[in-house]
Amino acid sequence: MWFYLPAAIIYGVLFVVPTFASFYFSLTRWTIFDSEFIGFDNFVTFFSEPFLFDSLVNTMIFAVITSGAKVVLGLLFAVFLSSQIIARGWLRSVVFFPVLVSAVGIGVTFSVLMDPFDGLINQALGWFGVDGPGWLTDPDLALISVAMVDVWRGVGIATLIYIAGVVAIPQEYFEAAKVDGANATKSFWHITLPLMRPATTTVIILSLIGGLRSFDLIWTMTRGGPGFSSDVLASVVYKQYQAGFYGLSTAGNVVLFLLVAAIIIPLFWFLNRKEVDQ
Amino acid sequence: MSTSAGTPRLNRTYSWVSGLTAIAISTVVFIVPFIFIFFTASKTTIESSLLEFTPPTEWAFFENLVEVIQTRDYILVTAFVNSTIITVGSVALMVVVSALVGYVLQRRKSRLNPLINFLVLAGLIVPPAVVPTIWVMQGLGIYKTLHGLIFVEVAFGMAFCILMFRAFVSTIPRELDEAAVMDGAGPIRLFFKVIFPLLKSVIVTVIVVQSVFVFNDFQNPLYFLPGDQGATVQLTLYNFQSQFQTSWNLLFMDILLITLPMLLMYIFFNRQIVAGMTSGAVKG
Repeated sequence: MWFYLPAAIIYGVLFVVPTFASFYFSLTRWTIFDSEFIGFDNFVTFFSEPFLFDSLVNTMIFAVITSGAKVVLGLLFAVFLSSQIIARGWLRSVVFFPVLVSAVGIGVTFSVLMDPFDGLINQALGWFGVDGPGWLTDPDLALISVAMVDVWRGVGIATLIYIAGVVAIPQEYFEAAKVDGANATKSFWHITLPLMRPATTTVIILSLIGGLRSFDLIWTMTRGGPGFSSDVLASVVYKQYQAGFYGLSTAGNVVLFLLVAAIIIPLFWFLNRKEVDQ
Repeated sequence: MSTSAGTPRLNRTYSWVSGLTAIAISTVVFIVPFIFIFFTASKTTIESSLLEFTPPTEWAFFENLVEVIQTRDYILVTAFVNSTIITVGSVALMVVVSALVGYVLQRRKSRLNPLINFLVLAGLIVPPAVVPTIWVMQGLGIYKTLHGLIFVEVAFGMAFCILMFRAFVSTIPRELDEAAVMDGAGPIRLFFKVIFPLLKSVIVTVIVVQSVFVFNDFQNPLYFLPGDQGATVQLTLYNFQSQFQTSWNLLFMDILLITLPMLLMYIFFNRQIVAGMTSGAVKG
């Protein structure tokens, strides 16, 4: 039984205790030295200030966009990268490469590439006569731009999970379908797609958890700006922490916790139940 | 895959045409940013400020390298030392403590198991509460210390490792445990002499995957290890971002330096990385 002990101490002290403490401290006005109980004031502030509340909406938009794009692109890449093409191994490595680069490094690189005037992306668009937008300077676009970079970085994992699934489909299914006169598109819709459900569950859950908690990339690329247009919960937590509003920061943490729980737990239950039904 | 049905000749054409198209597109989308990093890191300050995607007209690679290392009193050297200590320390600790849990969790069926499984899943899902963690660390006197951050990384990374180990232990036959017990091995001997060596392949996977996570981690050092003394490589880049606003060549040299270790790791361990990131994920 004491085999659990080292893990239990570290996990308990640095994860479980802070998590429970956060519920209390979110109800206080808190400097690190003393805290004063103020009831739900922090949450009232959070939901009445548009710049704080918008971060909740942005968090959801960011998570849904990135997770959706990773599912679609990951599946398409995986089907393509398991078909008979040359340089398959090389292509798989290339798609996976960005996963290993730190978010900070990617963030800095892309904020240069996305520079509205001299950035490579807009220069390239210029060759085709397109006037590129201010990817990170346009308040309506900043969050989407960061989401696209996040997809660029994370699609490799989704692709690999799907490849593992596609490879596991018995070839006989496709041969039987061919005998019955199904073409490639039909095989995809009626064989590959339904059998990819477990992999899809994994990709959705993983990328939603990652997307909802996402901080590094957003912080290095936009600092939540311009204005507050690309602020997410994790960046609000950091900003309020820096400003010394520890209670409010912790309240943001609790909101994030509740949001993750409210989305992931029903989804987990729903997606897994569907699997059993089949 | 046979979805691309047709005569062998058509298949060959398909294989070449789509392969080459894919290589072209993937090069533009995935490789060009890396080449851009390399080119910019090799330019002079003036040329790099144009942000153009061209080979440097004048190579200043080594000058930039030396300058970036000397910046702020060799902070990059400190950062590399710190990051190495944190990565090695936390990954080693993580492997040992989670292997213990994964092993017992799989072998002993007790009433505690549902609770532990729940805690492990929670560890994967729940976002850590930042300021309360700082508060606890201050109480223990480990805030702003390297070992403090090591413990934090262990606490946050443990859940993933436990799942990996539990899944792997289930493939080790129980008879092995029983034979060792018959030969008079106590639980500690049994674990470290018999089980631990058998876990070698999954340990390599866990080490590689967690090293990537810890080395590339930005958020935790930012919160729990502020200040120049405890700079990690990711933090140097973040700090240089405001300092080097006009010297893109130095900024990109830093990106190059902190990216290289993990890319090298991928070249040597790509099978383990891929296995870890996909299989571990599927079980989660």
